[in-house]
Amino acid sequence: MSLVRVTPDGLYCEAGDFYIDPWRPVKTAVITHVHSDHARVGSGFYYATHGSVPLLQHRLGEINCEGKNYGEKFKVGNTWVSLHSAGHILGSAQVRIEHKEDVWVLSGDYKRTFDPSCEPFEVVPCDTFVSEATFALPIYKWQTGAVTAKHLYDWWQSEPERPSIVFCYALGKAQRILAELTAYTDRTVYVHGAVHNLTEIYRAQKISMLPTRLVTDAHKDHDFKGDLILAPPSGHRSPWMKRFKDPQTAFASGWMQVRGARRRKGYEKGFVLSDHADWNELNLTITQTGAKTVYLTHGKTDVLERYLKEKGLTVKLFETDYEDSGEPT
Amino acid sequence: MKLFNELFQQLDATTSTLEKVDALKKYFKRAPEHDAVWAVLILTGRIQKKYLTSRNLRDSFLRTTGYPDWLFEESYAHVGDTAETLSLLLQSLELVQQDDLQERPSKPLHLWMESEIPALGKLKDETARADKLMELWRELDADQIFILNKLITGGFRVGVSEKLVIRALSEVFGTASDQISHRLTGPQEATVENFRRWVSTEVSELAVSQPYPFCLAYAWGDRKDENWRPEEWALEWKYDGIRSQVIRREDHVWIWSRGEEEITATFPELTQDFAGLEPGTVLDGEVVVLRDGLVQPFQDLQKRLGRKKVSAATLKEQPAGFIAYDCLEWKGEDIRQRPFSERRKILGEALAGLSSPRLQVSPILSLPPGSTLDDLESLRSQSRENRAEGLMLKAWGSPYIVGRKIGYWWKHKVDPLTLDAVLIYAQAGTGRRANLYTDYTFALWKEEEGERLLVPFAKAYSGLDQGEIDELDSWIRRHTVEKFGPVRSLRPEQVFELGFEGISKSNRHKSGIAVRFPRILRWRKDKKPADADSLGTALQLLDSVAPAREAEASP
Ligand SMILES: [Zn+2]
Repeated sequence: MSLVRVTPDGLYCEAGDFYIDPWRPVKTAVITHVHSDHARVGSGFYYATHGSVPLLQHRLGEINCEGKNYGEKFKVGNTWVSLHSAGHILGSAQVRIEHKEDVWVLSGDYKRTFDPSCEPFEVVPCDTFVSEATFALPIYKWQTGAVTAKHLYDWWQSEPERPSIVFCYALGKAQRILAELTAYTDRTVYVHGAVHNLTEIYRAQKISMLPTRLVTDAHKDHDFKGDLILAPPSGHRSPWMKRFKDPQTAFASGWMQVRGARRRKGYEKGFVLSDHADWNELNLTITQTGAKTVYLTHGKTDVLERYLKEKGLTVKLFETDYEDSGEPT
Repeated sequence: MKLFNELFQQLDATTSTLEKVDALKKYFKRAPEHDAVWAVLILTGRIQKKYLTSRNLRDSFLRTTGYPDWLFEESYAHVGDTAETLSLLLQSLELVQQDDLQERPSKPLHLWMESEIPALGKLKDETARADKLMELWRELDADQIFILNKLITGGFRVGVSEKLVIRALSEVFGTASDQISHRLTGPQEATVENFRRWVSTEVSELAVSQPYPFCLAYAWGDRKDENWRPEEWALEWKYDGIRSQVIRREDHVWIWSRGEEEITATFPELTQDFAGLEPGTVLDGEVVVLRDGLVQPFQDLQKRLGRKKVSAATLKEQPAGFIAYDCLEWKGEDIRQRPFSERRKILGEALAGLSSPRLQVSPILSLPPGSTLDDLESLRSQSRENRAEGLMLKAWGSPYIVGRKIGYWWKHKVDPLTLDAVLIYAQAGTGRRANLYTDYTFALWKEEEGERLLVPFAKAYSGLDQGEIDELDSWIRRHTVEKFGPVRSLRPEQVFELGFEGISKSNRHKSGIAVRFPRILRWRKDKKPADADSLGTALQLLDSVAPAREAEASP
């Protein structure tokens, strides 16, 4: 029987009697990272990395949980479990499960591109690798965050008389932008409330980022001319934007790679910046793990499935409840 | 290519007119004249030569890379544009320059346009072509490859109008914009001399064959102007032909369409008539097919278009005519700034010496003083009987300007013909609409041996707002019956009101009718498919608007 399987509650490891990122409340949950489709409320006990715990408590409130170091082996049921850096956001982890001779690694969400706001991805050899496939099309290819941040910085500086608003995921993406921009400036960036609290949690963990200030803390006469503002996508075209006169707007997401996607959402500018692996990174990682069997969970699974099969790998699918879009489209 | 790419990215990333003009100005300030001349021609849509097809590009790419066919197709299905798909795949394969903030030397735009692209287009051997293409791609990054691919396939588009380009040139070089506009009329070579001529601040002699920029009208819509006074307005029928200018200068005649196409050779009988005009005359008017002094439907005129050689039979079957609207130049003098009332008098004078049955002066329709907008409406409702598509309103005091201006000229078309039809097929759009189903096919009911079936009769692309497009797109995805290639057949549930400009019988269409300029007026969510119109209704419409040819011939 396979070590991990899909149940109505989530990905389940019977030998250890625990779930990985369950989508319904369960007795024991191992959490890869704190994005809302992976970390859900109501389970009896949570394992997560030390980096994830404060974010988890912020998102889920009072919970029973235990923090673990990267690489620390701990026993759950009849299995040995350890968490290894996934390079996705602060505290993000792959879950390694060892049972008798069998080793599985579940990636959660991951990326290989360098990110100054979290630990880099670690390749963990295994027999079976469970991979995400959010951007599993060869058209997706990321430049380094430093290059994208330079473009973002130049775009911001090109309009000293207007507010520049960048919409992005409040957890992970916003902090990555704040960290990447330290290479080009030390100016204070204004942030939406949703971004603010999470950024403070990052700061408490010694992540070096630009100074930030809540938009609502600005003086009521402040006109935000020449300021950079970070906000979650839900702020776009909402009453919240009334505060800013004639802003230029941009969206930071991997989906911005395709021109049509950019236009459809009505953002003027798109910055290609993703917290997920691109096509080359997915393939590189799958090869490097040495896994003979690969499971794909969410995203463009069909294309990658065929591609890997043609290379001689055994590929199977897990039908999960994780968001295909991975980041807002 | 580097500067031009920067310009493209800036134009592409804004919807603001002001920012677009700023980006253009920045470009024209920095670009060498030899590149700027190409940029003007490309941006104003004058360069659309297709050196290779998208298919050629794709095949070349697959040939040199050995890339799996299916993986290309999957990528294309997601992106919806071959030029863009190739640029992204080349980037992903790391075969081309990556965006690494490094300055790299890049060939100037004119070199691409004059040497590289035409040389590529000449290669007939597929391997040689594929090798050359890869060599060109390697020099560029993904954004530039996208532009190159568009230039090679003649598909380059970006959201700027000619007006904005001219405005930017005018602001950078201090040349009056209507001067530039006029100098840009007609075919243009991409030479440095030409660019200097366009932006020269010296008032120059006109190129002898060139027409003036056309004066245009705004749509009247449902204006309710309380102070409207009939005596201030010249009313004319708006005919559905080809708006044209006749240039009679030195010992030549030229006829130019509004699309800036020279159509002199297409209408030899008119050219011959106009030779009788005094040299130094320019007229504005409508080229139509005129039979027994009556204007014929546009479909007849269409049979004469696009031919450089006209057969005697065609001349006889579809005789051309010209309905004169305006006089722009008289005795060699540009009279466009004089009021319309004066120009109309001169028009009469200019044509007085000609007696050809093919030439008419557009009649001025009169409404007595004190007439109201209701009277105007009732006059407009007689358009179809008068073989017109509506009314033109021209202020008697208006000059002949470049483009349009509120308060000078209005066009007031008859209500478009309308039918309620059922949506039956959808296809993804192209370019920026590639991920949305925006090309729709509509059907009408047909009674056949007691059965009712839906027969496709029109395609329409426009008329919905973005919200409706998104809503319909999501409905389409959930109600697909079958996919064949890019087309989805749909459950026949949604009814739309379509408007169109003309309707005629057609043997080439399954439905037996052809409509002109169909567009979506409204999504009729209040209607069931069974409530949609039938072909029978469409045929009645046809009878009411276009008296059958046979009936006209016999008195
Ligand atoms: Zn995630």
